[in-house]
Amino acid sequence: MAFIELRNLQKSFGQTQVVRDFSLDIAQGEFVSLLGPSGCGKTTVLRMVAGFEPPSGGEIVIDGQDMTGVAANKRRIGMVFQSYALFPNLTVADNVGFGLKVAGVARAEARARIEEMLGLVGLAGFGARYPFQLSGGQQQRVALARAIAPRPRVLLLDEPLSALDAKIRVSLRSEIRAIQRELGITTLFVTHDQEEALSMSDRVVVMSAGRAEQVGPPHEIYNRPATRFVAEFIGSLNILSGKVVDAATGRVDTPAGPVTLGRALTLAAGAPVSLAIRPEALRLDAEGEVAFAVKVADSEFLGSVVRLRAVAPGATPLSVAQFNREGRALPAPGEAATLSVDARDIVVLDG
Amino acid sequence: MKAQRLVSWIIFAFGAAYFLLPLIGTVEFSLRARRGVYSLDAYRNVLSDPQFRDTLTYSFVLAILTIVLGVLIVAPTAFWVRLKLPALRPVVEFITLMPLVIPPIVIVFGYIRMYNTSSALPLLGSATGSDILLMCGYATLSLPYMYRAIDTGLRAIDVPTLTEAAQSLGAGWITILARVILPNILTAILSGAFLTFAIVIGEYVLAALLNRPAFGPYMVWMGSNKAYEPAALAVVAFAITWMAMGLIQLVSRFSKQTQARR
Repeated sequence: MAFIELRNLQKSFGQTQVVRDFSLDIAQGEFVSLLGPSGCGKTTVLRMVAGFEPPSGGEIVIDGQDMTGVAANKRRIGMVFQSYALFPNLTVADNVGFGLKVAGVARAEARARIEEMLGLVGLAGFGARYPFQLSGGQQQRVALARAIAPRPRVLLLDEPLSALDAKIRVSLRSEIRAIQRELGITTLFVTHDQEEALSMSDRVVVMSAGRAEQVGPPHEIYNRPATRFVAEFIGSLNILSGKVVDAATGRVDTPAGPVTLGRALTLAAGAPVSLAIRPEALRLDAEGEVAFAVKVADSEFLGSVVRLRAVAPGATPLSVAQFNREGRALPAPGEAATLSVDARDIVVLDG
Repeated sequence: MKAQRLVSWIIFAFGAAYFLLPLIGTVEFSLRARRGVYSLDAYRNVLSDPQFRDTLTYSFVLAILTIVLGVLIVAPTAFWVRLKLPALRPVVEFITLMPLVIPPIVIVFGYIRMYNTSSALPLLGSATGSDILLMCGYATLSLPYMYRAIDTGLRAIDVPTLTEAAQSLGAGWITILARVILPNILTAILSGAFLTFAIVIGEYVLAALLNRPAFGPYMVWMGSNKAYEPAALAVVAFAITWMAMGLIQLVSRFSKQTQARR
């Protein structure tokens, strides 16, 4: 049975419906990300789980208990905020010990737990400092230690990395994940950064306009987007709009040329269809099953990756990403080239 | 650049003179009790007057109780308005301004009508009851200053997020107010307390009409009966008020709060 069950959650602020019929099951110890553009309702879902917003409809069940009407301070949920939200008047140790003190944990036990938590987040010996004496990354570690110190059943992370600089963001990402694995704590993570969601999560929920568009493991979200929104939101894509010629063999006519997918389509012949190809799935040779004759427009050298922009027939722009390897010859801008892709790497989107 | 500095200094000197000259005049006058020479006779007379000590102690205690009452009324209200009813803020702000518009004489006549000995709640029938009324009156008079001070303090911290952080750690409303909100607006509360203290020590109308032995009526009584002592009394009262403020500043300087702000 799922540890957290969100059943048909709804939330409206006045006339605007922010969350529509949102359902999700989260297993014990799982790390699930809510990913979506701003205003998609992901933070509202998190705040409803935390108990800061009452849902307009639906149920929140944690560990078999209905939590829907329970006050936030009775839910035993730890939360980390984007703005850290450390108590400025308390030392690091007192911040981490806040939840323990509220719960009435004996002082000696609390002190041991505080030490353990600070050690876990790599801030042993920082207990006597005040939040303002720490860097942003350190403050967010304290906030994490504070959230997990009272042994909550669920950990909620509300864009915890968004306020940090790029380098710290990446290192803290893997640290949070390692701590989460070590403690085995069920975690719900909200972010608008797809890289964060894909790299940290067991499962990703892509949200749009208050609904879950797709729920699945990161590789599935990336490789097999279920809807056009997911495909366009995650990573970059080449889209070929065409018409189905033969549904059984998967023949599609596109401005860039005919494409045979070699698998059956659920669409009828003549129906419009969009084919999506990841830039890294395109190869600079003719060995893939589907080939396009193109003219190279531009190439960018980005260090580990080389990016080409090419134009296929029908003025269809195709972008290609290839790993940089020394000695590999790349077509120069203006040259003609052949790009190819394996049929199974082509994602079919409706319309 | 230099001329600008000079102008600033002239304005500063003018302002300082505006405030300091009357004070210097009072001090000078208070030293003239003995003909022809400067002496501290007036001060000796004032400080040896038992009524001086009694009324000052009375007002001092009442000031502290008023500050406690004011904080207890204003802090939770301002916190709640900021957190849950931000649309109501202008209304609350307007209400807290009322004591500046309505003269204390109106309040005290209202009290006398409402709480006289033949009323349902005859607070004026006893000294303690009158003291309570006086304290409520003082709290009302200091409301505009207390509310503004605390509201400004709340603006400086992220009230909603800190509240939610404390809630997620299991804290209830009282814990949140006492352990998270109040310690973080301590400086603001102290400045509200400063103003309240100054109001209570100098207030005359409420105390006189409720017939309580406060410092204000004593000063007035002194002024109409003696020559040099009132000036000495004014200087002493001024010094005491400023000493109290200095003490508050000192305490807040050594508190953790200001360390955290620096």
